[in-house]
Amino acid sequence: MDKIKSITKVLTKSREISLIFVLIILCAVIQLRNSQFLSLANINDLLVNAVIMSILAIGMMCVLLIGGIDISIGSTLALSGMICALVMRDNPQLPAIFSFMIAIGVGLICGLLNGLVIAKGGVIPIIATLGFMNIFRGATYLVANSQWVHKEQITPDFQNFTLNGLFGINNMIIVSVVCYVIFAFLLKFNRTGRKIYAVGSNPEAAEISGINIKTIKILVYSLMGALSGLAGALWVSKYASAQGDSGKGIEMDIIAACVIGGVSLSGGKGTVLGVVLGCLSLGILNNALPLINVSSFWQDAIKGVIIIIALILNVMTQRTLDRNNLKRREL
Amino acid sequence: MAQPKRVIVAEKVFSWKKFFLQWEWFLVLVFILVNVMNMIISPYYLSSSGLLTATSSFLEKAFIALPMVFVLVIGEIDISVGSTVALSSVIMAVSYNKLGIPMGAAIIICLLVGTLCGFINGIILTKFTELFPMIVTLATMILYRGIAVMILEDQASKNFPSWFSNIFWGKIGSVPYMLLVFIVFAVIFGIVLHKTTFGRRLYAIGSNKTASKYAGIEVQKIRLIVYTLAGLFASVTAIFLTSRMGSTRPNIGEGYELEAISMVVLGGVSTAGGKGRFVGAVIAIFIIGFLRYGLGLINTPAPTMLIIIGALLIVAVMFPNLKLGNLFKRKTGTIE
Repeated sequence: MDKIKSITKVLTKSREISLIFVLIILCAVIQLRNSQFLSLANINDLLVNAVIMSILAIGMMCVLLIGGIDISIGSTLALSGMICALVMRDNPQLPAIFSFMIAIGVGLICGLLNGLVIAKGGVIPIIATLGFMNIFRGATYLVANSQWVHKEQITPDFQNFTLNGLFGINNMIIVSVVCYVIFAFLLKFNRTGRKIYAVGSNPEAAEISGINIKTIKILVYSLMGALSGLAGALWVSKYASAQGDSGKGIEMDIIAACVIGGVSLSGGKGTVLGVVLGCLSLGILNNALPLINVSSFWQDAIKGVIIIIALILNVMTQRTLDRNNLKRREL
Repeated sequence: MAQPKRVIVAEKVFSWKKFFLQWEWFLVLVFILVNVMNMIISPYYLSSSGLLTATSSFLEKAFIALPMVFVLVIGEIDISVGSTVALSSVIMAVSYNKLGIPMGAAIIICLLVGTLCGFINGIILTKFTELFPMIVTLATMILYRGIAVMILEDQASKNFPSWFSNIFWGKIGSVPYMLLVFIVFAVIFGIVLHKTTFGRRLYAIGSNKTASKYAGIEVQKIRLIVYTLAGLFASVTAIFLTSRMGSTRPNIGEGYELEAISMVVLGGVSTAGGKGRFVGAVIAIFIIGFLRYGLGLINTPAPTMLIIIGALLIVAVMFPNLKLGNLFKRKTGTIE
């Protein structure tokens, strides 16, 4: 009995472990229904599709950590991808690395604007980013004259980036893993990273202890913007075209992935590992439903139900945890 | 024994300066500006038929904005209403076209579906008070539209009876039914918010949930009512929208939630809760609507329109926070 108790304790103790547990069961069930699921080719597919989402989700986690929210990232992604594709169209001799830097730069500026309006202008994050969502989306159509940038207009170097890889691992996966490592390190061991957690857990206390909240806010939104820029470049490279409406609505998926990964919307709570697992579960969902013959029209409804269940489970485990903690104190 | 007369120590002194330095007057100013702009653009604008055409071009969205004022006043947010519009419209269409239910009953079903959607939001949020409205309504936003897509897949549903299109297009004299319905509801919502205990309680909850709870306000019950109202009025929008288009698809009403929130926030209702007045929201509905209509008249491309609306929202919210913004300080609705 005690053994069972301790096992359940370990499982519910950390969000990451319980998520891994759920993912393993999920994979096993899907694998039983369709043996193609755990083939190398499909796993590669799944990861490549989840990568862009996970890069954005890490940035979103930082934003959620300080208690903010950013719903402009879909538009930032489109705008930076579009500008980088347009530059490439007009200067075909430009090396791919510059195109990436342009996209990241554009994203950074977009994020900086968000940060300035939120921190200096005192506008609530959801309203500010809602406004910028419209502005950036409009700007995307304007700079491109409402046209696409086609495959032929994008340099082959740039397109090949997401097709090639090192040691058989796709470049996109490598880029994203580098992002995970950098952010995990920053948030865990770097002073600025700890400040982000501090601002999210208790803004007043953080301010009194000498942390400049405004700077942290601007920094976090700029980081989010830069990551959206990176994701925008990867998006253009992967789909070999830049469109005005790319990434529309992706922000909702990203926030959902963060929540499944255990990030709290009140701020101060969340880890890189959790977010990556959250993205992985949404990625598996998108990938597996067609494999087990579920109509693609059902995907969104199923996704919605799963998010609600994840949310409610979250609350339930938290309540049991709190109750147990209280009990321990009574003894 | 005569009751001792109550002495009110801090009575509010009426001052003309304060009266005119309210956010609503700023909105009126913007409203006039927008209309002058429209008049310059189109000579036919300032006729009764021109104005009424302009009004019908956006008014169906405004029904979402009415309960959204309540939602924002209690300091919460509901982003699932756009999907509720789609789901209730799709179910109405399917129950008429596929199940053969008479149209009148289908309309009632539509209202019921909307109410149910709002009720589910409310139940989840009141049973699990730890959850944030933003994330719960995000999940139901995906879910409701997902169900709409499940039902109709990528098809459209049309062939409504001819009287159904009259709901949107019909007029008394030259005034559309929709405008009358809107005025009635706007007045009711305004009175409820400012003149009833229920309205005062909304402000109390928005200012301080814990204090309201200890003051004996049934916070959770009121939250449930507010979310259910939001769902119900999303289905009212669904009826008008479907009647206007004569057909429905699972992707209708996309982005309506954000438009409604923009309208309400521009109207001076703070997303932090407890602040703002109903008049402001109604003026803001017309500002955004007429602005869009006017920009449409001069063939402003859709992207430019997006940029203008987005910039207007940010500037309007940022303006009172800047130093020069002391001029138009937002009136708080909490102290009367």
